[in-house]
Amino acid sequence: MKNNNVMGVVFANVNDDLIRELTEVRSMASVPFGGRYRMIDFSLSNLVNAGVSKVGIIPKYNYHSLMDHVGSGKPWDLDRKSGGLSILPPYVNSEISIDTGRIDSLSSVMSYLSKSKENYIVLCDADVVGNIDISKMVDAHIESKADITFAYKNGPLPKSNANIMTFEMQDDGRIVKIRTPENYGVICDFSLDIIIMQRTLLIDLVKTAREENMSHRLRDVISSKIDTLKLVGYEVKEFTLVIDGTDSYANANFALLDPAVRAELFALERPIYTKNRDDVPTRYGLEAKVSNSLIADGCVIEGEVNDCVLFRGVKVEKGAKLSNCIIMQDSVVRSNANLRCVIADKNVEITEGRELSGAPTHYMTVRKSSKV
Amino acid sequence: MKKTECVAMLLAGGQGSRLGVLTQKIAKPAVPYGGKYRIIDFPLSNCVNSGIETVGVLTQYQPLELNDYIGSGKPWDLDRSNGGVHVLPPYQKIEGADWYKGTANAIYQNIPFLERYNPEYVLILSGDHIYKMDYSDMLKRHKETGADCTIAVLEVSLEEASRFGIMNAHEDGTIYEFEEKPANPKSNLASMGIYIFNWSILREYLENDEKDPNSSNDFGKNIIPNMLNNGEKLITYPFSAYWKDVGTIDSLWEANLDLLNPKVELDLADPNWRIYSRTPSASPQFISDTAVVQNSLVTEGCNISGKVDFSILFENVTVEEGAEVRDSLVMPGAVIKSGASVQYAIVAENSVIESGAKVGERPEEVSNLDDWGVAVVGADLTVGKNASVSAKAMVTQSVKEGEKV
Repeated sequence: MKNNNVMGVVFANVNDDLIRELTEVRSMASVPFGGRYRMIDFSLSNLVNAGVSKVGIIPKYNYHSLMDHVGSGKPWDLDRKSGGLSILPPYVNSEISIDTGRIDSLSSVMSYLSKSKENYIVLCDADVVGNIDISKMVDAHIESKADITFAYKNGPLPKSNANIMTFEMQDDGRIVKIRTPENYGVICDFSLDIIIMQRTLLIDLVKTAREENMSHRLRDVISSKIDTLKLVGYEVKEFTLVIDGTDSYANANFALLDPAVRAELFALERPIYTKNRDDVPTRYGLEAKVSNSLIADGCVIEGEVNDCVLFRGVKVEKGAKLSNCIIMQDSVVRSNANLRCVIADKNVEITEGRELSGAPTHYMTVRKSSKV
Repeated sequence: MKKTECVAMLLAGGQGSRLGVLTQKIAKPAVPYGGKYRIIDFPLSNCVNSGIETVGVLTQYQPLELNDYIGSGKPWDLDRSNGGVHVLPPYQKIEGADWYKGTANAIYQNIPFLERYNPEYVLILSGDHIYKMDYSDMLKRHKETGADCTIAVLEVSLEEASRFGIMNAHEDGTIYEFEEKPANPKSNLASMGIYIFNWSILREYLENDEKDPNSSNDFGKNIIPNMLNNGEKLITYPFSAYWKDVGTIDSLWEANLDLLNPKVELDLADPNWRIYSRTPSASPQFISDTAVVQNSLVTEGCNISGKVDFSILFENVTVEEGAEVRDSLVMPGAVIKSGASVQYAIVAENSVIESGAKVGERPEEVSNLDDWGVAVVGADLTVGKNASVSAKAMVTQSVKEGEKV
């Protein structure tokens, strides 16, 4: 059911530079994922599946592909008269620069925040793959009487350019210490940067931070209030993967080849929505050999495809052989080409007989619209 | 109101009784086709691709699923403030209520709808055919020739001609005679059931036809012959690309498998003439390491671990390891369990073929070819373990374990 009391804000460009090869032409939010999705589909669908019907997206750079993808918000039923989807690009003025933290981004959309009527606001990023039940988190936030609730995951610490927060909590979940360690891979309770608080509290925090010339980072501002505000951790039990590099991007795509992961990620009761392209069904040719692969609609497959993720409209010609590859929209692999551990961006053409090979620890990336 | 040049009226009320169990609960235009379409996607997409953005869809038989499918018309960009798609069921009036008695009566009952748009021309379509056609080109010919009515025609073989309404026309396309299913056809120009009329003239004929108690209120039987008798100008519009009536099980099956035939010119992937459809949100299809998928069309949401050859799988179909699907259509949500075999068959939506069951037979397995045909399993049914469904059978209720039908 629609929840009129909660709104969402999605930061579109967080951790872009961890996958530079794919974000040169787009934001993290619009990085293609899993055959037919873009990264932001997870955040948007999670919010919408929790009944949120008002979402603001804050992009910073490279947001044309993002705007093209989300459009009016129709696929998420966010094309609404009341609430709905707003894209809120920052504008630079003497007081706000584009290159700083979330305090500035939020400050530049202050009128959007203050004109809203919802009691609660959910902040999230677009670098987490996961089907997370946000409504449970909202319930937990209200029940715990927390001022701010942070979603966290217990597991190996992902990389991050903004230093991910880790939490030290009491038994009741109250956060007593926030750290930003850099020993990636160590098992800890790390933040997924999904944060819930009252909208008015967020406005206060942002205004105070700017008036008092504090940090540009929301995290620092919140950390400084650890004694006066009740900060609570909410453990996310659902399957999640944080994209923190090209290899983790590739592995997250290949994780979808596991039926258990797909069942959880694409749970029928909480669908992940995306823009529809009206592709035809995928055509398998007479000599097609496909094994253990995830394939979107609109593909034409006449060659051999093993352990791959193919996006919409990919063509694999006769005699071509692909293994452990991620091939994005409308790319063409010509006959007798042989690819191993390759990530090909959109509209790439791999010419006849070409051999390209990366390694499972170091995927070879082919840039958008290039011909190899 | 702003004047609309051409309004399309799509006759979608027919039962399609020859499709049997497939149209038990849904109207024929809502029957799934080609992996992710419904038959009605073709006329609707043709309309928008031809620039016709005001479409009335006349429904009568089992309209629920069709209404739901059309919805606001969004998938076809027909959710418009001016025009758009309108579902038009029969309704009660002060002088009483009536079902649509015939194709012409259906349009007659919707004269008030057409008057709201006050069009110059009306395009009459049906929801029974798979084809891609530029109606704007037909309208151009209609205007150029100054016709009162233009009828799209297709050349068929003379043997087939006696199954169609045949237009006998002069060389310039002027029709001088219309024969419904003639025993000895004089020409091979078959009417495709696609008409463009000048609205003012059609309106007059509809009103007169309504006054005639002996009329069956049908375009082919009454309106067209009446116009010919009165010397109105009727012109053919020759069409020669792919066109298929999908009114029978065999023709529906064939029209689907035509998509796998490289010699058949029906390109659904043509970016200049998209066929739009309402598709549910499904994850990409997964082809496991035990699967063999060849010469087939497979749609999003499918999970394939078995063998699939020369078949069309609609969205969210599961084919388990050791199952086999050949020369068949498997409609949305159906499950083919391990060890089951589906050959020369249509398995309708959400049906389950349990393990070891056998649905359909290959022509070479049947002693008398006259007994051979495509087997059909209706929607939401189960074919039990090791049960078998013979060629040409039409399954309307679940088949028990081990049973033969």
